[in-house]
Amino acid sequence: MQSVRILETPVKFRWGFWLPLTAIACLGIALHLYEELTPFLVKYPRDWIIPLRFSISDLMQWLIKDFDLGLFTFKELTRSIAWILEWPLSVANSLLATGFTFSTEPGAPVLLPPAPWIAIVGIVGLLAFNLAGMRLALLVTGCFLYLVVFGQWQSAMVTLSSIIIAVPLGVSIGFALGITAYRHPLLERILSPVLDLMQTVPVFAYLVPVLFLFGFGPVAAMIATMIYATPPMVRVTILSLRQIPEELIEYGDMAGCSRRQLLRRIQVPVARDSLMVGINQVIMLSLNMVIIASMIGAGGLGFDVLSSLRRLAIGDGLEAGLAITLLAIALDRLGQAYNKRSTQSRQAGTSRSLQGARLPTLIILILIASWIAAHFFPALAVFPESLQITTSHFWDAMVKWININFFDQLEAVKTFVLINIMIPVKRFLLSTPWIVVVALIGLIGFRLGGFRLATLVIVLSLFIAVTGLWSKAMITVYLCGVSVLFAACIGIPAGILAASHSGINRVTQVIIDTLQTLPSFVYLIPVVMLFRVGDFAAMLAVIAYSLAPAVRYTILGIEQVPTHLIEAARAIGCTRSQIRWRVELPIALPQIMLGINQTIMMALSMLVITALVGTRDLGQEVYIALTKADTGRGIIAGVGVACIAIVADRLINQWAQKKRLEFGLQS
Amino acid sequence: MLFSKTKRVFVALFASALLSNTAMAVESKDPIILTLHDWTGQLINTELMGRILENMGYNVKYQQADYIAQFAGLESGDLHIAMEMWETTGKQAMEASLKTGGTVDLGETGMNAIEEWWYPMYMKEKCPGLPDWKALNECAEAFSTPETAPAGRYLGGPVTWAGFDEERVEALGLDFEVVHAGTDAALWAELESAYQRKAPWIGWVYHPHWSTVKFEGEFIEFPLYSDACYEDPNVGLNPNMAYDCGKPRGWIKKVGWKGGEAKWPCAYQAVRNFEIDNPTIGQMIVEVDLEGKKIPDVVTAWLDANKSTWEPWTQCN
Repeated sequence: MQSVRILETPVKFRWGFWLPLTAIACLGIALHLYEELTPFLVKYPRDWIIPLRFSISDLMQWLIKDFDLGLFTFKELTRSIAWILEWPLSVANSLLATGFTFSTEPGAPVLLPPAPWIAIVGIVGLLAFNLAGMRLALLVTGCFLYLVVFGQWQSAMVTLSSIIIAVPLGVSIGFALGITAYRHPLLERILSPVLDLMQTVPVFAYLVPVLFLFGFGPVAAMIATMIYATPPMVRVTILSLRQIPEELIEYGDMAGCSRRQLLRRIQVPVARDSLMVGINQVIMLSLNMVIIASMIGAGGLGFDVLSSLRRLAIGDGLEAGLAITLLAIALDRLGQAYNKRSTQSRQAGTSRSLQGARLPTLIILILIASWIAAHFFPALAVFPESLQITTSHFWDAMVKWININFFDQLEAVKTFVLINIMIPVKRFLLSTPWIVVVALIGLIGFRLGGFRLATLVIVLSLFIAVTGLWSKAMITVYLCGVSVLFAACIGIPAGILAASHSGINRVTQVIIDTLQTLPSFVYLIPVVMLFRVGDFAAMLAVIAYSLAPAVRYTILGIEQVPTHLIEAARAIGCTRSQIRWRVELPIALPQIMLGINQTIMMALSMLVITALVGTRDLGQEVYIALTKADTGRGIIAGVGVACIAIVADRLINQWAQKKRLEFGLQS
Repeated sequence: MLFSKTKRVFVALFASALLSNTAMAVESKDPIILTLHDWTGQLINTELMGRILENMGYNVKYQQADYIAQFAGLESGDLHIAMEMWETTGKQAMEASLKTGGTVDLGETGMNAIEEWWYPMYMKEKCPGLPDWKALNECAEAFSTPETAPAGRYLGGPVTWAGFDEERVEALGLDFEVVHAGTDAALWAELESAYQRKAPWIGWVYHPHWSTVKFEGEFIEFPLYSDACYEDPNVGLNPNMAYDCGKPRGWIKKVGWKGGEAKWPCAYQAVRNFEIDNPTIGQMIVEVDLEGKKIPDVVTAWLDANKSTWEPWTQCN
């Protein structure tokens, strides 16, 4: 049955695809040759542009100034939300960074100093030890000691205080939304495109409205963080609740569970593992936002990174950036350990309540003891500056050394890639008539997912045309496309290699973890020093940032190849390389393509950052809008980016799903 | 016993009430929020102003905010004082904001913004005619890179800075290609890289900034700027095109939330009085960025040494 399906599908559709494709190609050539006959089909005419961005700016003005909800205005509503959120944030900030005072006035006497570093290091170490033993405890205290010894403590605690408020809030909101959407399919249908937008519209695009509505400062930054970090939690919640075996729910119903009991006693415990994936995503994404949040007043490590790089203190920027990475790694590992342990203890059937009660007491004891100790030994509260170390000169010197000794070689590589790959692709995309691109996308959509998918992708690509963003969008596609190509060329082989050697795997994991959490700004500036401003520097930064999913999904895909298939292949006498090329890779291909899909998403989100080194794509449009505080312009360009992302996502996902069906990996 | 204690409290209260009415004319205890951006000169100026206001008895808070996006906050009263708004980069946004009636112009800082084409000194050997702009064409090739050759490569600021460099290149007939850096961090990264290798470089540099101290170099001398040169094609060397002159040099102003004027009149007066010149701020920037001192220390040192300069600013009537 299966083999029949493999043969059947392509044959059925082949003519329906190649014929129109040839037609479109001919149309493209014809339009190119006789451009003057129908110029409006080649270049989207200016007169046809719908000035949507002004309407959005007007809408925003109305929301802020005039929208009245009866008892209070819309702005009063958002401001009171900000006011409420400010409380937990300022408590966390006081505890970790600034200390408690008698009143909110600056300069008021300090009632209680912030928790000494020794206490925080001790507490996280204790938590880690309690969760997973000595190894994790060493890792986590190591990460936090880095913050102490490298003089990042104060900023790191400001960042941490906003993270420990934003993450639980984002998780609970995401969880609540996920459950509601799970129960009400209609809500899910409404929510799904909204989540798509939240994940794909670049953060810069909605920073301005967030500022207008929630005021300046850490709270607005935290809200922007939550908008960015919450969607995966919603999706994971819906998905994991849906994956619960039907029998378990039925069992609960039969046992007479109320809806609440069903949720608390059956659904959440069963879905716990996947829910933890969501929580880790929220943590990671929140830390990704640290730099951007600091642009609108969050302060902390992000601000340190930005201001050191503006001084070109590359080493300082790297150290602050590394602090963000280590914070992310520590929090991520703690979360994972918590997850693993609670699964184990559930399996072992032991009760955790005993330790659970003892731990908070211990934490409070540590806090009090170190407060008292720090009173007598100030070095325990604030790590003495004379003992702090820094490696920043080393990094500055290294970049300088590479710059002086290898610039010419690097320049040669750059010129080669630019002239032979990047510029031709860019010219081709910019000169292809827009109508041809739209038709092509529509055709692919139709071939993969029928009429519905075709309509969706055509509407989305038309949106880009009618808002007048076509050529900037094509530059986006070109930069993103070339970068993804290179990322795939590096990432997939690396993934294949890592999947078969556990040693390489471990090293690769560390590298991609670092690349993903290290703020891209940190390596963007050295890249500019070595390759000058321009598309090539931007491409390198995009590749570095978007490499991780290509590697991860490749590893995952190969690991997921059913063992019986490999055994069968071996039984009929396949060699190792035959198994790799004929069995593993083809079957892992859908998974690898999903990885490429994620790579595209990350590349697109990075393009906004690369606007900082002078690219001329949609990212630049978003960035210009941010610096001009132009709400409409930013949102339209942001939605343009989202359109590209969604088109790519839908097409690739549809393709992968089809392949999986063909391989019988999914029913 | 009890009585005397109460009395003492009364006396203290009374004294403090008296004090606040005379010498320390403090109006509202609400914190005045000063915005911080991400360049050192601005951080120093803001800290200076903040310390002076604290000295007058005000509560001061600092808030990081984007240079342009901050206007939203200044108009609504979320933010109160911005210490550096450059004519050359922020004029448009500032005028738009003043028009809304939410913000108020608090006068010039006394600093003078210079923005112009700038080259490192070692380029003079390759191009002896500098800094005269006419020499640029003779050595365009010396300033070129593989991508732009034989034309020279000029690295402009972000497109949002509106430097009209493409227009200038065309109007003055320069054999240069304008490349835009997306942000000034990228600009300095390129300059630093070129300077380390003593490689050709010409780009948009502004002052007061640490780069003009760290790197030895000169601004190009273009025909002098005038409003007419930018607006009227007839004016200037090229009879058919505008922008045939250098960039404007301009004020750096302070901007504030309008509502603060009534709330803290004396503080606003002090901000208006604040004045500093290029060499003074330049020296402090060098101490911070190149000598590695901390901003609060540099500011304290300046305040201690220059009491006679800043104390008159705090007088209020």
